[in-house]
Amino acid sequence: MTESTGGIEVEEETAGRVKKFMFVNRKAPYGTIYALEGLEVVLISAAFDQDVSLAFVDDGVYELVKGQATKGIDVKNFSPTYRALEGYDIEKLYVDAESLKARGLTEENLIVPVEVLSNEEMADLMAAQDVVISF
Amino acid sequence: MSFEINGKTYETDEEGYLINLSEWDEEAAKYLAKEEKVDMTDNHWEVINFLREYYNDYQIAPAIRVLTKAIGKKLGPEKGSNKYLYELFPYGPAKQACKIAGLPKPTGCI
Repeated sequence: MTESTGGIEVEEETAGRVKKFMFVNRKAPYGTIYALEGLEVVLISAAFDQDVSLAFVDDGVYELVKGQATKGIDVKNFSPTYRALEGYDIEKLYVDAESLKARGLTEENLIVPVEVLSNEEMADLMAAQDVVISF
Repeated sequence: MSFEINGKTYETDEEGYLINLSEWDEEAAKYLAKEEKVDMTDNHWEVINFLREYYNDYQIAPAIRVLTKAIGKKLGPEKGSNKYLYELFPYGPAKQACKIAGLPKPTGCI
């Protein structure tokens, strides 16, 4: 990781180069605005033709759980939008194995295909990014 | 803001987008199209219906790039182009067609 948040200063030699952006999702989908706002940023980022990946860790894995029923809390169920990411050419979704396991979840409980990674693999992947943005 | 057709009231935001998506019907679409100065043909309806299906599936209005690609896949490559969609909706397919389809403004649409 060479920058903490989206590089506003563009150095000449890096201008035009595709950067590796990772958006890290750590929070449950409802109760705070982080998950939805994070998803919106991801959708917008797709317009800039960068190398975008998403990581889901801690309660963030709940964002991808099938069968979210939100009528009772009177908010929109935005989980189907994760299925639209493929159409935006965002196909690198990584889920932390331990976070899944700690919540009694498996890959079959998720609405989109993901790659499940160990702590160590996730750390390596994060270290390989140009920019990591956490929600 | 709002408009009324045959005694039914439709609430809109300050840019004219429907606030309550479930209120949308063909009459509302015709009214919104007229406001946008779009003469609705079968080709227009095809895109509008496509957008409604897309929203129903994914809960978002697609970005223009995603829309053209998806339309090309579903309705044939000759329709999956910016040129085709801009001919139908000259002031921006995503913006104009989404408004007529009763969808929110696409995320990242400027």
